[in-house]
Amino acid sequence: MKMIDKLLAQFAYASVTSDGKYYTVAVPKEKLHETASRLRNSALAFDFLMDIVGMDYGDSLGTIYYLSCTQFPAYVIALKTETDDREDPIIPSVSDIWESAGLYEREVHDFLGIRFANNPDMRRLFLRKDWKGYPLRKDYDANPEINPVPLTNENLDDMETVPVIEIHNGLKEEKTYSLFEKGEYVVNFGPQHPATHGVLHLRVSLDGEIIRKIDPNFGYIHRGIEKMSEAYTYPQILHLIDRMDYLSGTIHRHGLCLAVEKGLQLEVPERAHYIRTIIDELTRIASHLLGWGCMAMDMGAITAFVYGMRDREKIMDIFEETCGGRLMANYSVIGGVMNDIHPNFQRKVKEFIPYMRKMLKEHHLLFTGNPIARGRMKDVGYLSKEKAIALGASGPTGRASGWSNDVRKIEPYAAYRHAEFNEILRSDGLTFDRYIIRLDEIAESLKIIEQLIDNIPGGAYAAKTKAIIKLPEGEFHQRVEGARGEFDVYIHSKGDKYPYRVKFRSPSMTLVSALKAIATGTKVADLIMLGGSLDYVVPCIDR
Amino acid sequence: MEVKDICIKNMKYEDFKENEYLENYLKELRANGVNIAIAKLDDLINWGRSNSVWPLTFATSCCGIEFMCLGAARYDFARFGWEVTRNSPRQADVVFCCGTIVHKMAPVLKRLYDQMAEPKYVMAFGSCAIGGGPFKKSYHTVMGVDQIIPVDIYIPGCPPRPDAMIYGMMQLARKIKMQEFFKLPKQPDLSSPDNSDSSENNPETKEKGNRP
Repeated sequence: MKMIDKLLAQFAYASVTSDGKYYTVAVPKEKLHETASRLRNSALAFDFLMDIVGMDYGDSLGTIYYLSCTQFPAYVIALKTETDDREDPIIPSVSDIWESAGLYEREVHDFLGIRFANNPDMRRLFLRKDWKGYPLRKDYDANPEINPVPLTNENLDDMETVPVIEIHNGLKEEKTYSLFEKGEYVVNFGPQHPATHGVLHLRVSLDGEIIRKIDPNFGYIHRGIEKMSEAYTYPQILHLIDRMDYLSGTIHRHGLCLAVEKGLQLEVPERAHYIRTIIDELTRIASHLLGWGCMAMDMGAITAFVYGMRDREKIMDIFEETCGGRLMANYSVIGGVMNDIHPNFQRKVKEFIPYMRKMLKEHHLLFTGNPIARGRMKDVGYLSKEKAIALGASGPTGRASGWSNDVRKIEPYAAYRHAEFNEILRSDGLTFDRYIIRLDEIAESLKIIEQLIDNIPGGAYAAKTKAIIKLPEGEFHQRVEGARGEFDVYIHSKGDKYPYRVKFRSPSMTLVSALKAIATGTKVADLIMLGGSLDYVVPCIDR
Repeated sequence: MEVKDICIKNMKYEDFKENEYLENYLKELRANGVNIAIAKLDDLINWGRSNSVWPLTFATSCCGIEFMCLGAARYDFARFGWEVTRNSPRQADVVFCCGTIVHKMAPVLKRLYDQMAEPKYVMAFGSCAIGGGPFKKSYHTVMGVDQIIPVDIYIPGCPPRPDAMIYGMMQLARKIKMQEFFKLPKQPDLSSPDNSDSSENNPETKEKGNRP
């Protein structure tokens, strides 16, 4: 009997099912907190909360918690709970067990109206305070007359009251507290600010030059992709996902394709796997180059930005020939890729590899070795490994703190099993580590491309699919490694050509909570640079 | 006399796909006649204005990356004098509306526009800014920025290529060159009590969108 079976056998009240790899544990909501804390504190220590999916099952509302443990990362548990009360649904919070749950629960509250007892902050996350209704509920009325385009700014008071609901020994108590205290000096960053990497709004409380508290305000680019997906067919959803995190759009699109293919049990030709992997790695390089350039620009070095963009244009040229698009490659489709590669593709990629290696040396020479840059990045923004895991800050940020979380290694997908590469890990968790890890990952991606580019097998570039793609009934979950962290796709299908519910894990959202953690106590002048070192993309947070 | 000239240095007249509306406007101007001194002065001022348009850095989503490409070395819009991207709306001449505008962002964009000094221009960049684009069916998207602020130039694409953006910029440069500088709307006077709500709905600002 495996360790995980032993662990799950302890929960007599829970119904446990397994498909050999993923475990589903359904518990009544009264037992949720107890189960969660026992899973967290067991020998297996499920310490990484990947995502919380809010669900509207029609007659009941529920949440699904995707858990993974960092010691044995292949184990994934989906912990489920439900509540029948649609008027005032209350589910106990797990934010005291996993820190990242704080924001996820606010998201579920915003979209589905579920309140989480004992979560210290139950404001809406994306939508305005005066928004009527909960959009992800199935009975939501999307009539634009109910929620017209607002003409006045949202009144954001510094003394804003934060509602909280607390349950102790079965007694419900509703409280409010003030977000900032009287006499605090609050500065606004954004939503229109050139260095917030999109339309992120931060309210920063300062003590002289020192940051005391950060309150992020999302939703300035919330486009309702998850709700729209429920009315779109699977090939249509692919186009929305590219526009979510546009810098690693190809990788995320690949993730959705894999999730649908998993549901269809479709055999994808090996050629498509290779092409997708190469395109993914090129996207990762382009994204890291932009991230590197923008971080340097946030520190005042505009030349580095121009250099980063110059090398990125080379990748855009390759994309344009093969995919037809520059930024939106629109390349992966269900069953393979849209078109076969361009005759020049292999030659151009092979020319690009030595060029990029040479340029990497130049980047190191010009910027990494620069004493001013080093001085600014030294000893700032420490993120410990434990904190990174608790906040769910995956991707390069987590790896810079020593957390091994590369999905390409944990659950190899596509052609990654055919390539040899190292997962770059650093141990210090400082800004410099987060900076240097991106450049090192570019070198690693070049290595992967080099191994695959000459071995692209022949055959078809896409499997034949039916004209109307219907996914069988069930839930499908797929993890891929995006350029800035783990990207998860969750599809709940009822056997229709439309999904019943789609949820995307945004890697950037956890990075903003990491910003909250690392920037507190530093100087306000470093805030922008710390944000640059995390490299979040705001439309991916807002979806 | 021959007033106005719609040729610009950076792009040939024949290379523009659509010249008719400007020619019609030119006819109208010539028919009405212009004072020669003012016309000469207009030309001089507009020559300067059309060659140094300063955009506001305003990008909400994907199109912003193409805007960054436009600012970087390969496309380099500094060649045309669009040199400095300004971070403050008070120093900017044009707002490039790069990306989707959603309900929560709409009042923010309106406020930024109101903060800009006259004469000011708006370019709707990408299909989201033109009419909602791929997010047309969403509950939280504004169906085009022209619902909130008047738009001068529309650049289609999802996202448009930087080349398309340069074409749009050239169109705006021509438009600026055509205008009668002394008849442009003035900055609304917010100090007098009658105009206290002029930032909200200034009829002059609204009409501006229809003028070539």
